[in-house]
Amino acid sequence: MTETSWPLWEVFIRTRNGGPHRHVGSLHAVDATMALHHARDAYARRGEGVSIWVVLSAAITASDPGDRDLLFEPAATKIYRHPTFYEVPDDVGHM
Amino acid sequence: MTSATCSSALPLAADLDAATRSSPSALFVYLLRLGDNALMLGHRLSEWCGHAPVLEEDLALANMGLDLIGQARSFLTYAGEVEAKGRDEDALAYLREAGEYRNVLLVELPRGDFAFTMVRQLLYAGLTQRLFEALTSSRDSTLAGIAAKGAKELAYHVRHAAEWTIRLGDGSAESHRRTQLALDQLWPYTGEMLEIDEVERTLIEQHIAVDPSQLRPGWEQALADVIEEATLQRPTQTFMHAGGRVGRHSEHLGHLLSELQYLQRTYPGAKW
Repeated sequence: MTETSWPLWEVFIRTRNGGPHRHVGSLHAVDATMALHHARDAYARRGEGVSIWVVLSAAITASDPGDRDLLFEPAATKIYRHPTFYEVPDDVGHM
Repeated sequence: MTSATCSSALPLAADLDAATRSSPSALFVYLLRLGDNALMLGHRLSEWCGHAPVLEEDLALANMGLDLIGQARSFLTYAGEVEAKGRDEDALAYLREAGEYRNVLLVELPRGDFAFTMVRQLLYAGLTQRLFEALTSSRDSTLAGIAAKGAKELAYHVRHAAEWTIRLGDGSAESHRRTQLALDQLWPYTGEMLEIDEVERTLIEQHIAVDPSQLRPGWEQALADVIEEATLQRPTQTFMHAGGRVGRHSEHLGHLLSELQYLQRTYPGAKW
């Protein structure tokens, strides 16, 4: 299949409600322009987005799943990093 | 639908009389031409479903096919209202004989290979998008509304087809050969999109239809830019096929209709 020779791209879409571009999936495309086209057809068919990013999957550096303990485990015991130790005055209302 | 007996593609005075004196009205025929173009090309694109070279293109072609079938529904629904004989979009789409369809020959040709499909889409959508944009100022507000929606969809079809034509033409020796062949084969079918007869002439005078000749320079320039970037040669032949717009179709339409109409012919009135 020719498909296997096409590079893989990661697709990010910003929804109409604003906020950041969120990862929605990946696809194969010959280049960036075609990746945007395919992303529009594969991931924005139902009016999901107002903006699309595509990034070569190969350009993403990912953490090693084997490093999970090393990277994330220490944070589990640092409960003081959560802002839950403050009394919120009533006058502040919703935060 | 009596014009199928015309022996000449040239407009005759008798045609004008026939068009204005008796039904079908010029607007009805014009809407059929627009709607049938979209219906047939939409069907041809749908034939790629499950057969496209890659999954991403499968989705893209199905999306565009559905855009066109949606446009066909709008045009044919309105055509049925204009005709006022109780025919709805389904009756017009599924229950006419081949000689009653008014699409150009370009859109009924078999889907061909991927290059053929992309070049046809470029040729059709490039001109039709311009036509629809111009039709947004039509004095017929329903027609203008349908055209406005379609123009946005076709703008994407043009871009998609142009990007592929450039990549295929300026790609491998094989893709270049196939794309040039597709352009050479399809070119003689483009003239029919620019034709007008008494149907259009009547409506152009009423500021309902648009004269496609005014769209031609912009369309040809945009096309020339893509052809050049794709390292293709613009065909030089001047012979142009015609006849579909007055109901004289190629053998391909009958085969297309046998599939398109199968369900309604076999199970009349079938509903989902």
